[in-house]
This record gives sequence, structure tokens and C-alpha cells, in this order.
Amino acid sequence: MQPPTFTISRYEAQFPLVASITIVDYKAGNLTSVARALEHLGHRWEITDRPERVRHADRVILPGVGAAGATMENLNRLGMADVLRHDVVAVGKPFLGICIGIQVLLDYSDEDDTRCLGIIPGRVVRYPSSFEGRPLKVPQIGWNRLRQVRQHALFAGIPDDAHFYFVNSYYPLPAHPKVTIGSSDYGVRFAAALASGNVAATQFHLEKSGAAGLRLLDNFCKWQLR
Amino acid sequence: MLAKRIIPCLDVRDGRVTKGVQFLDNLDVGDPIAMARYYYEQGADEIVFYDITASNERRAIILEVVRAVAREIFIPFSVGGGLRTIDDMRAVLLAGAEKVSIDSGAVRNPQLIAEGARAFGSQCIVLSMQVKRCAQFASGYEVIIDGGRLPSGRDALEWAHEGERLGAGELCVNSIDRDGTKLGYDLEITRQISESVSIPVIASGGAGEPRHLYEAFTAGAADAALVASVVHYGEYPIPELKRYLSQRGIEMRLE
Repeated sequence: MQPPTFTISRYEAQFPLVASITIVDYKAGNLTSVARALEHLGHRWEITDRPERVRHADRVILPGVGAAGATMENLNRLGMADVLRHDVVAVGKPFLGICIGIQVLLDYSDEDDTRCLGIIPGRVVRYPSSFEGRPLKVPQIGWNRLRQVRQHALFAGIPDDAHFYFVNSYYPLPAHPKVTIGSSDYGVRFAAALASGNVAATQFHLEKSGAAGLRLLDNFCKWQLR
Repeated sequence: MLAKRIIPCLDVRDGRVTKGVQFLDNLDVGDPIAMARYYYEQGADEIVFYDITASNERRAIILEVVRAVAREIFIPFSVGGGLRTIDDMRAVLLAGAEKVSIDSGAVRNPQLIAEGARAFGSQCIVLSMQVKRCAQFASGYEVIIDGGRLPSGRDALEWAHEGERLGAGELCVNSIDRDGTKLGYDLEITRQISESVSIPVIASGGAGEPRHLYEAFTAGAADAALVASVVHYGEYPIPELKRYLSQRGIEMRLE
């Protein structure tokens, strides 16, 4: 039997809901902490694993924890990878990647030798196991300062050098320094926040970073692109 | 630079905080949600809940607490106490905790660490251990299980290594000798473990004054410190602990 052609997603596309934030569910990691933060801030949100919902989204968040290999495998298998590239990023919708969501934006990750989305040129590399002769514990777990190296709407109301919560073994190494808007130090100085056009991303968990993180998330929700 | 973390620990029995927190007038100090919110606002870096409920309803009770806390605080929090299976851990994580703390359950079934790490990621798994001085062990310390009652026959340092190898994301080392004494953390075993593993180590047991945290982060080489009595009675609020430490050159999140 043929599935009905008048699907839910087409209906909703014709009668859009009040603008809300679409959280991509790619079957890895706990998404509800981002949803709870949005709820707390008073923003409408939805979680979906359906590419057609993401295609019609107004604003998209790609959160999550996990390894690059499994993440890209899930994004590809679910049909999300192409939708993110062509129907979100390419058409100028505000997009926010968090934690693994920043890493998969680049071309390639050393973790699991993974080909990523290629939305931001560059690669993802692992922290060194020692720095200046002293061992470096990997993953980095805890609060680290975010140095705002470039002005951005996401930083409105957030003091420079505010702490955010990180849990990561790998970090982004963008090809063009201009896309780095925030950096942090863990052994090496690394890019902790990236932005390019309608795309923004943080290595840290802004939904777990107290008031500063909530403010950054709120700024994303209100971000108006010309 | 990565800051050192101060982590208040709340023991919860039947959905209520047990250690008497006497100082706060209009705050229900037995309410774990109110206490979590209080410590969150005070600048705690993370929070730990230990479920010491004995009853059969324990799981449902602690999950309710976790859900309520997750709606209100936006810093990481962990839950421990009686977690023995992957299902136990999954329920806690889905309810909104960032991490689970496993202890006796892991000593009895070390594969629990590996299975948990595979299922949820190492960053969700904190291996907690109760340690007690005992000269017959190479490190000088033995791992004690079941609420600090049953000697396991395992060397603390050796267990820490195995925990790391199996996939624990962090280690929490609780000194039974020091716990509740306010004489300071056991720096020797904390340092031994912290310097020989490449995952974060959380000092636990014995903090009574700011100086003890300073020692834990320096001589003890700890990455984080659990605090209980030292913050529960109002003598040293978290902002004061952090100011003390920051003034002495310890990297702290002061916001």
C-alpha cells in the first residue's frame, strides 16, 4: 500500500508553527539538556530525527556528545547530512553546533578518521598527551575561559574570559582564522567557538555552562541575520 | 586554563537531603531541588547527589529528584548510590543527570565500567572509590565497598588503573579515614592516583576549611574536590572558598 502523499511534514510546511528551534536528533547523546535550557529561556523547541522537519526548520541546533565516526554515520544514515548542508546552511538559516556539533562541521576529524560535513574548512585534532613536559589529562573536563577574539552577536552581554563547561578530547582547527570567534587554552590555544555567516558553533556545552551559557543560547535564539 | 572544580555533595534519602544544613532561614534545607538551586546560584561547578535510600522505591524517588533538578540547574550534576546495572545508569542519565557515579557495583562487576562507557561514553562514567589506609597494600590503601564496611582486598592504586583502563571518565577518591573529620583530604592517595592516571581525579572526604581545598589542588594534585560539611553548615560559602583559592593562584571560575 502506498504511503499517503499528504504527509504531516507537508501540512506543517504549509501552515508553519510559530517560529521555534529545531534540535536534530541523530540517535546519539542526550538532547534533552538543550531542550530544557530552551524551555527555561521561554523558547519554543522541537526535537526531530526527520530530515523533512529539519528542512522546514527556522533555526537549527545540532548538539550532542560522542565520537565523530558514530556521529557522521548516524547523520548520513538518517539523511540529515545533506539536509544540513543544503537546506539549512546553504539557504542561510541560523545554525548552531554544540560539542560534537562543532567538530562535524569541518572537513575531517582525526577521531576515527572521519570525513565530516565540510561546511567549515579545516580539521579536528586531538589534544597532545603532554604540554611543556607535563602530562595533559585528556579529555579536558571542566570549566575553561573563553577569550572572545572577534565580535559576534552571540557574545552580547557575556563578559570576555567567562568560563564555559567543556568535555572534549578533540578540538577544531579551522583553515581560516577568521572563523574563530572564541578561543581557549588547554595545553594548546584552541578554537572554542566558530562562526561563519549563518553558522555558529561552540566546543563547550553552553546548555551546561550556567548563566553565561544560557545567555549565549538565548543570543542564538534571537540572532537576526541580514 | 582549565579551572579546578568545587563540587558540593548532597546525600539524599527518600527524596530528602540528610546532612543537617542549619543556617539558611527561608530555605527548605531538606529539599534537594532547593539545595541544588542554592549551590548553583552560589557558583558550584558541579553537584553530586548520593542516593542513600534503603527502600524498594529508591529508584523512582531519585529519578523524580533528578528530573526536577535538571529543569532548574544548568551545570553538570552526577548521581551515585546503588547503581548496579546499565539500566540503572540509563534511567538516571535520561532523567537529566550528566554523569553516573558507580562504586561497589563496579568492584563487584568491573565490566560495568566498560559497558557503561560503551553505552553512554566515558565522560558519563565516574568511578568512585572508598579508600582506607592499610599497610599491607602496595599503595598503602585498600578499596572498601558497601558504604565503607566491606574490605575488598584490592589495592586502591591498582583499582584506579583498572578503572581507567576499562573506560572510566573520571575517578572520585573518597578517604574513609578522613571523611567527616574536617581534618583535610588524604593528600597522599589522591596524589598517587592523580599522578598515575590520565583522567581527572576528584578528591573527596575530609574538607573542613579553605586551606584543605588548596592542599588538595596542589599537594594532592586533584582536578576537582567534593565538598560536604565544609559548605553545608554555612561557615565557608562557595564564593568565599573560591576567592580564597583564586587569591592563592588556583585557577577558579568566579562568575
